[in-house]
Parts: sequence; structure tokens; C-alpha cells
Amino acid sequence: MSKRINAETPAPGEPVNLSRRRFLLSSAGTAAGALILGFGLPLGSARMQAMAAEPNAAGTQVNAFLEIRPDNTVRLLCPFIEGGQGTYTAMAQIVGEELDADPSTFVVESAPPGEAYVVMESGLRITGGSMSVRMGYPSMRRLGALARAMLLQAAGTRLNVPVSELTTEPGHVLHAASGRSLSYGELAPDAMDLPVPNAESITLRDPSKFRWIGKPVRRLDSYEKSTGKAIYAIDMQVEGMLHAAVQHAPRLGMTVGTLRNEAQVKAMKGVHSIHRLPGAVAVVAERWWHAKRAVEAIQVQWQEAAADSPLRVMPADFSSVAFREQLANEPGPGRDAENEGDTAGILAKAATVIEATYHNQHVNHAQLEPPSALARFNADGSLDIWLPNQAQDAFLADIVKRTGLEPEKIKLHTPLIGGFFGRHFLYDTANPFPQAIELAKAVGRPVKLIWSREEEFLRDVLRPVAVVKFRAALDDKGIPVAIEAVSATEGPTEGIAGEQGPELDPTALEGLTGKAYAIANKRIAQAYVKGPVMVGYWRSVGNSLNDFFYETFLDELAEKGGHDPYELRLQLLQDNQRLTHLLKSVAELSGGWKPGPFTAEDGSRRARGIAMASPFGTETAVVAEVSIENGQVRVHDIWQAIDPGSIVNPAIIEAQVNGAVALGLSQALVEETVYIDCQPRARNFDLYPVLRPSRMARVHVKVIESGAKMGGIGEPPLPAVAPAVASAVARLTGQRIRSMPMSNYTFSQPS
Amino acid sequence: MELRINQKTYKVDAEADTPLLWVIRDDLGMTGTKYGCGLAQCGACSVLVDGNVTRSCVTPVASVVGREVTTIEAIESDEVGKQVVTAWVERQVAQCGYCQSGQVMAATALLKRNPSPSTAQIQAAMVNLCRCGTYNAINAAVHDLANNIGSSAAPNEEGV
Repeated sequence: MSKRINAETPAPGEPVNLSRRRFLLSSAGTAAGALILGFGLPLGSARMQAMAAEPNAAGTQVNAFLEIRPDNTVRLLCPFIEGGQGTYTAMAQIVGEELDADPSTFVVESAPPGEAYVVMESGLRITGGSMSVRMGYPSMRRLGALARAMLLQAAGTRLNVPVSELTTEPGHVLHAASGRSLSYGELAPDAMDLPVPNAESITLRDPSKFRWIGKPVRRLDSYEKSTGKAIYAIDMQVEGMLHAAVQHAPRLGMTVGTLRNEAQVKAMKGVHSIHRLPGAVAVVAERWWHAKRAVEAIQVQWQEAAADSPLRVMPADFSSVAFREQLANEPGPGRDAENEGDTAGILAKAATVIEATYHNQHVNHAQLEPPSALARFNADGSLDIWLPNQAQDAFLADIVKRTGLEPEKIKLHTPLIGGFFGRHFLYDTANPFPQAIELAKAVGRPVKLIWSREEEFLRDVLRPVAVVKFRAALDDKGIPVAIEAVSATEGPTEGIAGEQGPELDPTALEGLTGKAYAIANKRIAQAYVKGPVMVGYWRSVGNSLNDFFYETFLDELAEKGGHDPYELRLQLLQDNQRLTHLLKSVAELSGGWKPGPFTAEDGSRRARGIAMASPFGTETAVVAEVSIENGQVRVHDIWQAIDPGSIVNPAIIEAQVNGAVALGLSQALVEETVYIDCQPRARNFDLYPVLRPSRMARVHVKVIESGAKMGGIGEPPLPAVAPAVASAVARLTGQRIRSMPMSNYTFSQPS
Repeated sequence: MELRINQKTYKVDAEADTPLLWVIRDDLGMTGTKYGCGLAQCGACSVLVDGNVTRSCVTPVASVVGREVTTIEAIESDEVGKQVVTAWVERQVAQCGYCQSGQVMAATALLKRNPSPSTAQIQAAMVNLCRCGTYNAINAAVHDLANNIGSSAAPNEEGV
């Protein structure tokens, strides 16, 4: 599915004037097809729109998405990028279901930028927010159905029978009356020249008859990814390519001064040239190893940032600990995101008021594929660029702005991504492509720039830190009746914007907001604090920290009020059938709610904790079982019940739950980006701990299809993990966990 | 110098201390072996050198002269490697897939040396990082193989 793009055919920039028929017949290779599509069918053009009966209906330009080849395989250009979450397989299932073509016959690739591919109901095109399947679902079903209608139409003409006498079976049109059958591959040349029918004329398949949607269809990319054949941006090679490496300023905002040893470095083996870039020096070489070694040898006299630097300048005295203290001391009431009832009044007169302050840590994305970009200027001045990204149109627009090229002159390619977790959005100083473009222009040859792992840890954007002050009132039965949370933080969206907007940034507080518990009086607020660190989105975004805070605090409230945390949640959710069912399901999945502490078969003392979260339109509940080993938390089992409403692929969901649990455990147990004296302590995996296999928990998953509106999958299974673990640890050790990671705590062996 | 990689001989012009990884990727154009950290921390660059799993990002190319290097590109030519790939596909292990070349190499090295490793031996051998969190699927795939490679393998009830 990830065939290497043969960038040499056709000749770069040469206008390709192929009819749609020829495009469809160009089955010689996906490589050629990919380019022909990019060159030959300018997206959003009048011609493309004329092909669709409803030019404004998203995802109706069948020819932009689908190529059915003579061998009956289906090539789908996917609006979403594949970075492990399984969206290519899911899209093949959805389109295949309505097209009536087995998903296993699909070859899926990333679609180029262009409005034809804006298929989400929101009108956005990004791969993030766990949106692809749930928001692309209606459009992609319709797309498959439209293509099937065109094939039926073509078959009717070919067989000279009314379409009403025709049916399909996977990959074929049948005429039962005459016993004749035509393959989609045979029909495609005719079918794809037909006008796209009106979307209103299409009848979608009855969900009770689904063959592939809702089934554990096997991923399309397993074999390539198990044999090293999958191609990522970092693997791209083009003719005449040079390699580049960079050394960034130790603090963002600093500029390049004198290079003390430029001549010596220039003379190092393999060095082609040395370049001064904004906030970085670069070496271009015949081999990346030469470039890296040389650029690291450059002794740069870094200059302090100018007073009017547009960048978020990293101050020389910045440290994580001091920043957290600043947040903790942030005065003021904050701006309200939610304010219901009389929180202040209840808190003022309640007999029992509980207060606690929580915080989280900065974390890196630490995706295994280091960022890279390959830029090639062609003879006609056009630019081909290969890079990992989660937002093709935004990246294209940014490249237009930086280069002054017309959008039509830029071909942006998105290969498979070696993990993203929010890493590959457009972050002003955190993407290598502007440097690659500048270097390619300077040397007049294609340049592939790879950021070393060390440069990646220096320039990656971080998940924000928050310090949250909670206050809650319990009634005389120990039930919470008022809760207040004021978070001193900067959300990722307002962080990227560089300022707080007129509205609060929902990604700052999600997980504190939107809680379903029946607590009549609540106030959730943010005290905005712009920090010195470049922040960004990290898997499950605000929920990754805020559900830890809220759910762990709720566990404290249960304990203080003399209630079991499971029973208390059942009580607070008694009017919510969906969440009550979810909560009971996770308890049942774990063999019945059994908080402990208890002695396990191996003699270790253990306890369990429980937590819930409602991220990205999906509902989740988690039970965690922990013990203490050598003074640190050992998580044995995670049971997760997840209700995304309805589903496309249960096997991929189970894999995503496993992955989200791993990241959830990683942030809960070990992971932390620490700045000391304005520098990150870790520049590689030696000092930046991520969850290792030895600390992975067994994961047990129960998928519930409640029939509610379809929710997300990639991120939702993460947020409830940390609070379930923290609550279990508190129960086992008596020590309250109010921050992550837990490696900063020392636990004595519970008896 | 002359290198033996995947049972072919290559002449390469590289300094003795160049990491094997970059010779494989940039000089020989075989990109299945991945760069992750450059410090032997993550294991994405794992290859076999005389059958032993080796982190090529810190292995000087000169040190493998006269030895047999196997990369992921030749994994299916190896009888055990082929079974590992099959198990990886069967268990649907990969997510982003970036670390999986290294994981498959590590599993192959383990199972070639020890066709029926214990759970503890599997844990000791399968230490490569995976940011997607495929650890349980990897563990399941290796346990499947541990039960089925080699005649003396006893059924392992523990599973995952």
C-alpha cells in the first residue's frame, strides 16, 4: 500500500493531459497513477466539479478518489493520513461496503491536498481529534455507493438491459436473468467516464446487511510493515538527492552568529556546504551521516534573540520546577468555562470542604520516526515535497506563503507516518520542511533533511502543563454537591495561536469540562498563563491531563465521604443509562468490582482503581490493578470498556485501546520532559523514559455499541488510564497521587 | 571495504567508524532498517550479525567485515524469519509500523537461538521500544511462535 513514488515519471512539471479514461487505464503502476492524478486533475477545477452532479457535496468526485483497475483491485486515495491508527483499512471497509468490493482488494494511499478531499461534516481536513472515521463515514459511504451506481449504469449499457435487472456481488455486476457477469475492472473504463449521479439518488446499504463494516477486517498494511517494505517520509529517495542535518539554537529565538570552525567543518569528509538558517545551522552532504557529524562539530556563537523577535523566546532562566511554581501561584478567579448552580455559596457554608492541588508534566511526542522532509525544485520552478503531516491543506498553504509559489506549482506528498500522536500538525518552529525547502533552493538539488533524535527533542512542541486547584463540598451523606476547578494553564490551540482568543480554548479544559456526573453546583475555569515553551497537541489533548485531575480528585472525594468510588459514580450517574451501563460493564469485565487491597496469587498486595472519561464523542471506563515493586508502581491489568456508539473495525479498536493504554501508562508512570537552566534534560531516549515492554500491562477490552452517534477511537482510550492507576495506588499505599509521572514518588511496600 | 549483507557481497566506500545503519540505508538504499535514536536505545535499527541481534546505529561498519549481516529485506529468506513475519501478520501487530522491522529482527534472533523460549526469556529479548504500544501483540506473536517452532516446544499455557 505504500509503493514508493517514482518521482521520475512523468517528467516533473510536465503537463499531463490525460483523459479520465487513460487515467483509469494507467494501471501499470500506482506510482504513475499517483502523479497523474496530482498533475492531470487539478482539484477544485471547473472540470472536476462538472463531473459531479453536486459540486458542493463533499466526497462526490468519484474519480478523484477511486481507480478500479483491470485486475479488479481498487485504488483509493484517502483524505486521511495513515500513522498507525488504521484509517486506511477503515476507509477501505467503508467504501468497499457500499461499492461492493472486498476491502482486501484495496490499495490505499494518501490523497494530495485539495478541496475534493474535504469529506468531514465539519468542513475541515485534518487527521486528528479522532475524527477521520466518525466524520468521514457518511461521505465515504456515499462515495462507494456512487461508484457502484456508475458501474451498474455502465453494465446496463454494455449488456443492454435496464439497471433495475442488475445486482452486484463483490467486484462484479450480475445479470441474473441471463447469467452474465462483468467484473468491475472490465466496467471501470466505461463507468468512470459517466457523470456522477446525484447523491440524493443513492440508497445506502442496510446496516444489518453489512459484510465488512463492524467486522474485524485485517489491516491492509500488516505485511508491508512486518517486512520493512513500508515507506515513510524518512525513507524517500529521489535522483540526485543530497542529505542535510541541522543544529538548532539551544534556546528558541537565538540567532546564528560566527561559526568559529567553519573552514575545518567545510573540509570534513562528504560535506557539500554549510548553511545559516533562522535559528539553526545546516550541513548538506552526500550522506546523512556526514551531514550529521559535520553539523554537530560546528561551533556556533549563538546570539541572543532580538527584542522584537516574533518567536516565543526561551528565557535563559527557564526551568520546569519554577514554571510550575509560577502556575501554582497564579492569582485570580480565572475565566469560567462552566458555571452552574451556586458553587461559591455551597462551598462557603458546607460542613466538609475538600481542597487539593494537582499538576501534570510536559511531555514530548517521541514518535519513533524522526521528522524529515525531502524537497525538490523541478526545472519549471515547481516544487515536490515529501513530509509527514496531519493536515495537507494547511501545510500546502504554509509552503505557498513561504515560497511565493502558486499552489498549483507545489506537489505535497504524504507517505506513511511513523507515529504522530499530534506531532505532525503545522507548528511554526517544529517542522523541518521550511529548512529543507531553503536548502534545496540554495544547493539547486533535491535535499532530504532529517532531524536527529536530539534535534527533535529540542524543537518538538510539548503537551501543556496545568496546575489545577480543586475545591469540593460534601453533603452530610458524604456526597459531592459542589465542585470547583481552576486550571492555570495554556491550552494547545491558544498556545499555537500565541494568545488567548475571545473564547476559551476548549482543548485547555476538556476533561474538566463536559463531565456527566450529577453534581448540581460546579465551576470550571481557566487562568490563562502564556508559558515560554512551544506547546502542541498530544494524543487525547486536554483530556490526557484533565481526566487525570478530575477523576483522581473524585476518588479522593469518595474516600473522604466514606464511599466506594465505583458506587459513588453509579450514584452520580444514576440518571444516565449509557454511562451506568458502561460502568457496570467495566466492573463485569474485570470479574466484578473488587477494590482491595487484596493479596494476589503471587503473594503481592494489590488494589484496583476506577475512572471514566468522555473524550472525542466516545465514552470510556477503566479499571486498573496495581502493586508496588521495588518502590515503584507495577500495573498488572487494565480493563477498559469503551462505547463509541457504533464501530467500523473491532480489531483495530482493540489495538488502539492497547496503544492508548501504553501511552496512558507511560505518562502516568515514567514520562516527563524536564527543563533545567533553559535546556531539556533529555535529548534522546536514554534520558527520556517512555514505557518499555516490561512495564506494559495486560489489556482487556470490551467494546460496547450503544447506538449513540459514532465517536472517536484513536484518542479516547487514553485519558481514563492514569486516574484509574492513581486511584488504585492511593488505595493500596494510602498515599494520594496528585501529579504525574509516578516515578517522582517513592512507595514503601504495602503490607 | 567488502560487506556481506543478505548473502550478497557489496563494496562500499565508507569510513571505518560509520554506523552500519547509514551504510545500509544511504549507501545501499535499503530503507527497511530504521533510524530511531542513534544511541542503541530504541532498537528500530536492529539487524542480525552472524545471527545475533545487533543495533546497527552504533555498530561501526568495519566491525562487520567478514561477518554475515541480515537485514529485514531478507527476513523471509530465513525459515524462522518467515514464520515470524507470518505470526506478525496473523496477530496484526503493526500500527505505525516504524519499529516493527527491528521487532521482527529481535524475535527472529531469539527464536533462531532458542525455538522455545520461556516467558522470561521472551521478556529479556524483546526490549525494543514501540510508541504505538503494540507490546501485547508482539508478546502474543512471539508466544505463538515459541509454541510452534522446534519439536521440543512444550505448549505454553500462560499466553498473554
